[in-house]
Amino acid sequence: MTTATENISERVQKHEKQKKHHVKESKGDRVYYAIVYIILALLAIIVVYPLYFVVIASFSSADAVLAGKVYLFPVDIDFTGYIRCFERTDIWIGYGNTIWYTAAYTILSVVFTVTAAWALSRKTLPFRRFFMIFFTITMFFGGGLIPFYKVVSDLGMLDNPLSIILPGTVSAWNLFMAKTFFQTGVPDSIIEAAELDGANRLRLFVSVILPLSMPIVAVLALYYAVGQWNSYFNAMIFLTDQNLYPLQLVLKEILTASESTTGGSGETILEQFRLANQLKYVTVIISSLPVFCIYPFVQKFFAQGVMVGSLKD
Amino acid sequence: MAKRLSRDAEAADMPAEDVSGTGAAAEAVAEVGQGAKDGLWNKFKKTDFARNFKRNWTYLLFLIPAVVVTFIFAYIPIYGLLIAFQDYMPGDSILHGYWIGIDNFKEFFGNYVFWNLMGNTFLLCILGFIIGFPLPIIVALMLNSTKNKKLSKLLQTLFNGPHFISLVVLVGMLYLFFGRYGLVNNIIESAGGERYSFFLEAEAFRPMYILSSNWQDFGWSSIVYLAALSGVDTAQHEAATIDGASRFQRVLHVDFPAIAPIVSVMLIMSIGGLMGVGYEKVLLMQTDGNLETSEIIATYVYKQGIKNLRQGYATAVGLFNSVINLVLLVIANTVSRKFSENSLF
Repeated sequence: MTTATENISERVQKHEKQKKHHVKESKGDRVYYAIVYIILALLAIIVVYPLYFVVIASFSSADAVLAGKVYLFPVDIDFTGYIRCFERTDIWIGYGNTIWYTAAYTILSVVFTVTAAWALSRKTLPFRRFFMIFFTITMFFGGGLIPFYKVVSDLGMLDNPLSIILPGTVSAWNLFMAKTFFQTGVPDSIIEAAELDGANRLRLFVSVILPLSMPIVAVLALYYAVGQWNSYFNAMIFLTDQNLYPLQLVLKEILTASESTTGGSGETILEQFRLANQLKYVTVIISSLPVFCIYPFVQKFFAQGVMVGSLKD
Repeated sequence: MAKRLSRDAEAADMPAEDVSGTGAAAEAVAEVGQGAKDGLWNKFKKTDFARNFKRNWTYLLFLIPAVVVTFIFAYIPIYGLLIAFQDYMPGDSILHGYWIGIDNFKEFFGNYVFWNLMGNTFLLCILGFIIGFPLPIIVALMLNSTKNKKLSKLLQTLFNGPHFISLVVLVGMLYLFFGRYGLVNNIIESAGGERYSFFLEAEAFRPMYILSSNWQDFGWSSIVYLAALSGVDTAQHEAATIDGASRFQRVLHVDFPAIAPIVSVMLIMSIGGLMGVGYEKVLLMQTDGNLETSEIIATYVYKQGIKNLRQGYATAVGLFNSVINLVLLVIANTVSRKFSENSLF
């Protein structure tokens, strides 16, 4: 894969060099570029503004937000939302659960996927065609929600963290992506050399192949980790014990709570609504923070993964 | 990418040097189910397969965890589809269930919600597809044609960002922005309009769902096209420029043909997934007010099967949905193979 990305970046550089030799743009080209830049700028605003608004709304006063005074800058800076958020134990229990579910799930997924992808990438694997079909079918057909639910409950995994950690550890898409990586990124000569030395397969895998496959391990770990961090559905159908809830399920109850469920006199309803509203802005930020903190640093890995997946043999 | 899947799954044949030893080969025989007659056995030992198996069976060990997990969580549920043909109650055994043939399907087709569900599912997917399919292609072509590569990278980083927001948070943001006292209504009111309950009106559901999905994923979906575009031969652009082609003409006649194969593969896949809309998000956006448009087959399956415990019936409805998906995929694949050289399988 490294060769492929090098190839791409080489081409980009060449492209840029050649562009400098271009003569003056025609009028048509200038119109074209103007339109392109305007559209891209609009898209950038559409993408960024909602996120920006959540941030400024989270530490503006609840009244200013509800009265529509907050558009571009925070108004009447007020951190009660954050204070209330830190007082909510369910959020922090959820946070802890999510962290350990994500860690366990990611480790299992990466190990299962990488080992299987390595085997599938070997042309000499016995029954290779059978196993390829075995995994390919799962991409296009499955039992659906209810039979899946039944399997998990028959295994006695209801209300058990295993129901969150085990299913979905092997995604056929990721498996084939990793397989392509091994086929294109690990030279056969290295494998042959190691086998001539008499290294057995496991040692070969651990000491030669794994160190070479860190790029794909990184991509897989990120894909699986983000998927688990953001998921709520399995937890919703498999878990009833609130102490096991992952963060997203706690958030679901806070964020999508209906606007008119609180009781009491008119004034308290309004007060509760104000506070709940501000808390929502804060929880959006608190829950997305880890992903967005690492995002700028890892986004090139994500993009790499998509590219590996789209490479043709 | 999918082209690869079937093509390189060729049968493995590899000459092996040593034919001695029987441990591994014996396992091979057991797996193929050959008889253990002496003559046959010796013949078998000399086949390419047996030699290869003896040499390379250890690779199978690497497959065990993935195969076990996939078998349990993907194949046993396929076996569980049998309850679609039963009057199944939770706790019943599948093999000794109460078989009722296709009564569950008949019940669904005869149910008054059937056409409503079909219509909602199709409309949501097709409308989403009409906007969601071309948008990433256009964005990729535009990003690729910008002259400033740093700017293009920065924009890509921005555009990919929303992909990493969880569905719960995304829908939470929708509630905040489109709620009765949210940002959008504040803007509407200050512009002289009346406040509008987006989440309680059936007609507002589809636009909100589709636009927010596009907001979240247009950048992410464009990556695959950008990757293909970065492989376009610059010589072609040079030649076109010398021939007097404008930048826009080069986008149409150089860049677009270069990504056409990927476009058709993506097209096949999205047609195959046409009825497989993301019910996790729909479920989060459902309110009593918008059920009329927001109830789709998948959310109905969830409610019937997990909330009402009508598991046999719900499985039948789900099976119906996945069969439609599979048929659509096969049709799209066949058509594409006929008219172009691109197909998944």
